[in-house]
Amino acid sequence: MKYQSQKVAYAYFLVAMGLFGIQVLGGLLAGWIYVSPNTLSELLPFNVVRMIHTNALIVWLLLGFFGAAYYLVPEESEREIFSVKLAYLQLIILVVGTLGAVGSYLVGIHGGREFLEQPLWVKVGILVAAVIFLVNVSLTFLAGRKTVITNILMMGLWLLCLLWVFAFINPDNLSLDKMYWWFVVHLWVEATWELVMAAILGFLMLKLTGVDREVIEKWLYVIVATALFSGILGTGHHFYWIGTPGYWQWIGSIFSTFEVVPFFAMMSFAFIMVWKGRRNHPNKAALLWSLGSSTVAFFGAGVWGFLHTLHGVNYYTHGTQITAAHGHLSFYGAYVALNLAMFTYAMPMLRNREPYNQVLNMASFWLMTGGMAFMTFTLTFAGTIQTHLQRIVGDYYMDVQDQLGLFYVMRFGSGVAVVLGALLFIYSMLVVRREIIQPGPVAAPGE
Amino acid sequence: MPEILTKSRARNVFYGGSVFFVLVFVALTAQSHRYISRTSTAGMPLTDEVRLGKHVWERNSCINCHTLHGEGAYFAPEVGNVMTRWGVADDPEGAYEILDGWMKAQPSGIEGRRQMPHFEITDEEMRALAEFLRWADQTNTQNWPPNDAG
Repeated sequence: MKYQSQKVAYAYFLVAMGLFGIQVLGGLLAGWIYVSPNTLSELLPFNVVRMIHTNALIVWLLLGFFGAAYYLVPEESEREIFSVKLAYLQLIILVVGTLGAVGSYLVGIHGGREFLEQPLWVKVGILVAAVIFLVNVSLTFLAGRKTVITNILMMGLWLLCLLWVFAFINPDNLSLDKMYWWFVVHLWVEATWELVMAAILGFLMLKLTGVDREVIEKWLYVIVATALFSGILGTGHHFYWIGTPGYWQWIGSIFSTFEVVPFFAMMSFAFIMVWKGRRNHPNKAALLWSLGSSTVAFFGAGVWGFLHTLHGVNYYTHGTQITAAHGHLSFYGAYVALNLAMFTYAMPMLRNREPYNQVLNMASFWLMTGGMAFMTFTLTFAGTIQTHLQRIVGDYYMDVQDQLGLFYVMRFGSGVAVVLGALLFIYSMLVVRREIIQPGPVAAPGE
Repeated sequence: MPEILTKSRARNVFYGGSVFFVLVFVALTAQSHRYISRTSTAGMPLTDEVRLGKHVWERNSCINCHTLHGEGAYFAPEVGNVMTRWGVADDPEGAYEILDGWMKAQPSGIEGRRQMPHFEITDEEMRALAEFLRWADQTNTQNWPPNDAG
């Protein structure tokens, strides 16, 4: 850690990991309700559990991004953060808002636009926190050295904060509501968040592989160009069946097909940098998470996204378990694993010690990734059967669901693996202080 | 990467291209906004009752179990066409009665069956919710869903 103020990231990462724990436990409970539907049905209905699961995910990913920015911007800009106090104030506002949102969900106070259910005061709090963040990071950025990594990171963060404005715009007309709702949801995860992802991945590659900055920067521009060129008009793949004009079926199909390209580019980028790199960085777990993130993002967002993005296919699969399969693997690969890569890289420095406990950390990678992959497969099979029975044969929804029970049992099992992996990750980050396995003696060349 | 693609060229392509696609997107969205208000949702007036119904829909977070036009959670049936499925898409009184009857019977308490919670909804709000669902049902959704099963 070169700059004292980078330490701010530590607090962000701690809160993020706490919410990560809540998120996966909420997911596990929701998965169990699919298996045993009477569980807590009057005390804690499924809709509340799901709100906690999705909201906790979104907030902890954002906290991870904010923390990553506070870690990365000083190092790239070669100066301390503009104001450490503002950074902590921002975190406090976000924590109070998050706890307030969860508390009000539990007593039944919430909005009803999916993922944007936060009460108005929480939404305003998020806006205030976002403004504080932008001011703080931008002033640091403007005063210091400007690199392509921070350039792209700043652009992604500014745009994602600006798009939050659409969280306040809720037209009475349901179709208009849906169209503008996607301005937040799609233009976050399939456009602006990709810029943040590319910037963080670029930073990690720079540090872990030792490849020339010049090479990395050129790659970054190509990646983010393909992300926005495909992702902006790719929003059209959400405008097929919500009352929007028919031409979106062609625009959405064509451009969202190209959304595979940035994810393929990020995967290629990560592997090529590692092959080209001469540096043998001791933090092997961070490298595993970085490569794993870009690979799983390619499959989850790229391949599983393409699977149902063409309008002729989506006409039948829209709103089935196929969507759930894609949602889980893409979020895990692109944003969860990337954040965990950043935590794994930064934590040893933030806690002022060598990379430690890599074995448990790497085990948690395989446990989580294996569990997530299995969950995706079971939901994909469930969704395929659902699509056929419900959309083609025309059987009623609940009759079809009753036939999918086995898949939901298997999904719950894979969820257990993910939760264990997540808890193991948090444990390896926070508790264990020594490497479990000592590396054996390495024969020096010429001996 | 080939030498013809220098860093500054890549940067210029990125900025220029992004601005271009944003402009196209904004133009198409503006046209879609007009199309939604004037054409696809114009089959039934957007009355105060429909507005209230949307509010009831949101306040109870129905979207986190059901899908509406295919968006939402996948835990409970699609409701964008529920009034068609119930055969009351053009019958306000019938729509209210069947919805009211269904919701008052929840939770069913049947073992092994997914449970819909009990919601505190006044008669006026229930009528509004029924009208909102009828209003959503008449939207031109490019013939989605493929059949009445939703």
